[in-house]
Amino acid sequence: MSRIGVFICHCGENISRTVDVERVAAEIGKHPGVAFSTDYKYMCSDPGQTLLKKAIQEQKLTHVVVAACSPRMHEKTFRKAVEAAGLNPFLCEMANIREHCSWVHENMEEATVKAIDIVGMMVERVKKNRVLPTITVPVTKRALVIGGGIAGIQAALDIADCGHEVILVEREPSIGGHMAQLSETFPTLDCSQCIMTPKMVDVANHPKIKLYTHSEIELVEGYIGNFQVTIKKKARSVDEDKCTGCGVCMTKCPQKKIPNKFDQNIGMRTAIYVPFPQAVPNTPVIDRDNCTWFKTGKCSVCQKVCGPGAVDFEQQDCLVVEAVGAIVVATGFDLYSIAEKPKGSPIKGYGEFGHGKIPDVIDGMTFERLASASGPTGGKILRPSDGKEPKQIVFIQCIGSRAREKGISYCSKVCCMYTAKHTMLYHHKVHDGQAYVFFMDARTPGKSYDEFWRRSIEEEEAVYIRGMVSRLYQKGDKIVVMGSDIAVGVQVEIEADMVVLATAIQPQKGADTLAQKLGISYDKYHFYSEAHAKLRPVECATAGIYLAGACQGPKDIPETVSQASAAAAKVMTLFSRDKLEREPIVARVREAGCVGCFACKKVCAYGAVEEKEIRDRQGNLIKVVAYVNPGVCAGCGTCQATCPSKCVELDGYTDEQIIAMIEAL
Amino acid sequence: MNHTTQHSFEPKIIAFVCTWCTYAGADLAGTSRMQYPANVRVLKFPCTGRIDPVFILKAFQQGADGVLVSGCHPGDCHYIAGNFHARRRFAAFRKLLEFIGVDLNRLQFSWVSAAEGGKWVEVVTDLTEKVRAMGPMVEFKELALEEQWSGVIDTPELKEAYNAI
Ligand SMILES: Cc1cc2nc3c(=O)[nH]c(=O)nc-3n(C[C@H](O)[C@H](O)[C@H](O)COP(=O)(O)OP(=O)(O)OC[C@H]3O[C@@H](n4cnc5c(N)ncnc54)[C@H](O)[C@@H]3O)c2cc1C
Ligand code: SF4
Ligand code: SF4
Repeated sequence: MSRIGVFICHCGENISRTVDVERVAAEIGKHPGVAFSTDYKYMCSDPGQTLLKKAIQEQKLTHVVVAACSPRMHEKTFRKAVEAAGLNPFLCEMANIREHCSWVHENMEEATVKAIDIVGMMVERVKKNRVLPTITVPVTKRALVIGGGIAGIQAALDIADCGHEVILVEREPSIGGHMAQLSETFPTLDCSQCIMTPKMVDVANHPKIKLYTHSEIELVEGYIGNFQVTIKKKARSVDEDKCTGCGVCMTKCPQKKIPNKFDQNIGMRTAIYVPFPQAVPNTPVIDRDNCTWFKTGKCSVCQKVCGPGAVDFEQQDCLVVEAVGAIVVATGFDLYSIAEKPKGSPIKGYGEFGHGKIPDVIDGMTFERLASASGPTGGKILRPSDGKEPKQIVFIQCIGSRAREKGISYCSKVCCMYTAKHTMLYHHKVHDGQAYVFFMDARTPGKSYDEFWRRSIEEEEAVYIRGMVSRLYQKGDKIVVMGSDIAVGVQVEIEADMVVLATAIQPQKGADTLAQKLGISYDKYHFYSEAHAKLRPVECATAGIYLAGACQGPKDIPETVSQASAAAAKVMTLFSRDKLEREPIVARVREAGCVGCFACKKVCAYGAVEEKEIRDRQGNLIKVVAYVNPGVCAGCGTCQATCPSKCVELDGYTDEQIIAMIEAL
Repeated sequence: MNHTTQHSFEPKIIAFVCTWCTYAGADLAGTSRMQYPANVRVLKFPCTGRIDPVFILKAFQQGADGVLVSGCHPGDCHYIAGNFHARRRFAAFRKLLEFIGVDLNRLQFSWVSAAEGGKWVEVVTDLTEKVRAMGPMVEFKELALEEQWSGVIDTPELKEAYNAI
């Protein structure tokens, strides 16, 4: 038999002014199961809590109801007090007779009757409350960062500087991502390499960072604090431990005309290569598809010239398993390809813009490589077709972005700014040239951004034309660009030497596959979804996984770096404790009744429901049932209301507890 | 100051709300000292996704004259999508209630955010007034009072349905 203690608070006069607290205490005292009922001026005060603790001990109370303010206000306070008196904190409930009663009603009789009802309801509920143990899960204080762009680099450095080990996994042979490709960066026009490469070197030299380049995530298991990650190290064909990075191999490799992806395929590289001179690590990799040895079994020049004997044609892909407690996803973006419509891209194609057929129609990233001092032209703006300097250049914004009928409705966010930057770089390099920009709107929010954009017009003499281009075509060695200027209402036609398209920012290819491995959600474009757009912008709904950079949505560098540091801070918060403690409001499966329909698994937004095999003593499979991982469950209870066989139960909100409340009315 | 509102019938309203949005919205109505009819009794859930339609039936059976279900606005769910699951579930459930002859005006769904104390007051007041005008809900109480079902298929509709199987 339960011995419930009920404590009615006056809250000064906040409650007692409209609720006859003594009458409530007297009425509730008659309730079956109630062993002790009293009222007090301020229950949350020190003497109030002492009264509560003393009553628990002296009256041997088994459950407690405090009728006072909202549980959102003081539930923690009273549960702590109850715990101090030796009871499980979850055997204490609050009845809200202030916010939900005394403050919203004036009639004393009505308010008192309502208060009696509310307290009665909670008394019936608390009878069904069970002892809930605090759930703790251990935390492995090592982090995994996926993607070595500026986002991943920043997050890795922040976490490692805090003293925690970091595993950084990058798919390409070098870290750096897109920022390493940029020439100069808005809004200050500092050279991207100059600010980026020191950070890359810091990563390489950091004693706490373990770098896996040319590697991918194969499998992710576990949950917050306890992930097991399998990483596939793709064969490099060069032994990283032996290689000194001297680069002799590359000078001798006979295959010299392979388009270099890092240079947007306008520069060439060898079959054994590093994507760019400042690559980290500067260990080369053999591109087996283009290597003579791998194609014909002849050559092996690199192996012969390599002093330390690092070239290893026999090397195989290998798998390594790392245990980590938190994961930062920083896989960045890709540009919508103008060369050919990428498979599976939501964009319906831009055939009318020459779509890779006209060599001097390039995208923004290609322009970055042309403008970069370390790029294939040494920083000169030259046409890919004939190497001539373009005297008339047309930039077209919003290619793919903000065009619902074409497939993408979002704004790519960085194009307005980088196009302004391109007009400046162009003007700095081609003094007698003229730049035109077709744009829909100039979107330049950000510190010093609008000033920067204005400068491109006011000082660098770019001509901005508000309107879209309807068609462009090759005429001799010119590209005729036809469009409309909607501000003036006239058609315009420009004979350009080169056209630069600001193509849409899209998530990396394979972003969806990675998300499925991680168990995180993504939107219809495959950008990763944050747990809450406003209040939890760097966390995934899946506990222990955080987002940084353009993989979550288009972002410029300042925003990317801020988010990366924020993600690192979240990881460090997690790592500040040895064990994770969480409220034990989690769902539990009654395995005997579970029929394994996994309706619960489908509705759980957190991926907390797993499949568990039940076997007999001989090891024969009897059935597969649902299992809720208490480390992952967020406690929403959607699974319980969904389960057709009523076999999932949310602790703290069981059917029993709720039905008891309804029946009390 | 105490004035008694005189009505011939005081309906019993039960509200099923989520902690994060509507419960907090009702708290805000309190801290803002807004006034509303004292007919409502609130049951708190972590999320509207936890609310089983059975609770609504149970509430009617226990003598509720009106039931309110309220949670976060679509897209604002604290648990990402619990309110969407709830919405889908209740859309089907309403059809069922309609089928068994419950006047749907007795069951209200709404979105009240933690910032919408005023909306909470409005929703509760409207529902109370509406249900007051409708009078007591007798159907379920009668059902509850009835003996257990005998198992005899005696209505023409049921007979027809049974024979069609
Ligand atoms: C043409 C152009 C010009 C720009 N100019 C500027 C500028 O002047 N100023 C500015 O502030 N911003 C500029 N930006 C924006 C800037 O490039 C981005 O903000 C920044 O690069 C985002 O960094 P990130 O690390 O999120 O992504 P990324 O740079 O894309 O890095 C992602 C990294 O993750 C790796 N990766 C991807 N998938 C996987 C996987 N599955 N496993 C392992 N690794 C993976 C990639 O290989 C890459 O190294 C420009 C963008 C463009 C397109
Ligand atoms: S593989 Fe050999 S030759 Fe090539 S960079 Fe490394 S050490 Fe030098
Ligand atoms: S309570 Fe919510 S979070 Fe927990 S297992 Fe069920 S659906 Fe998933």
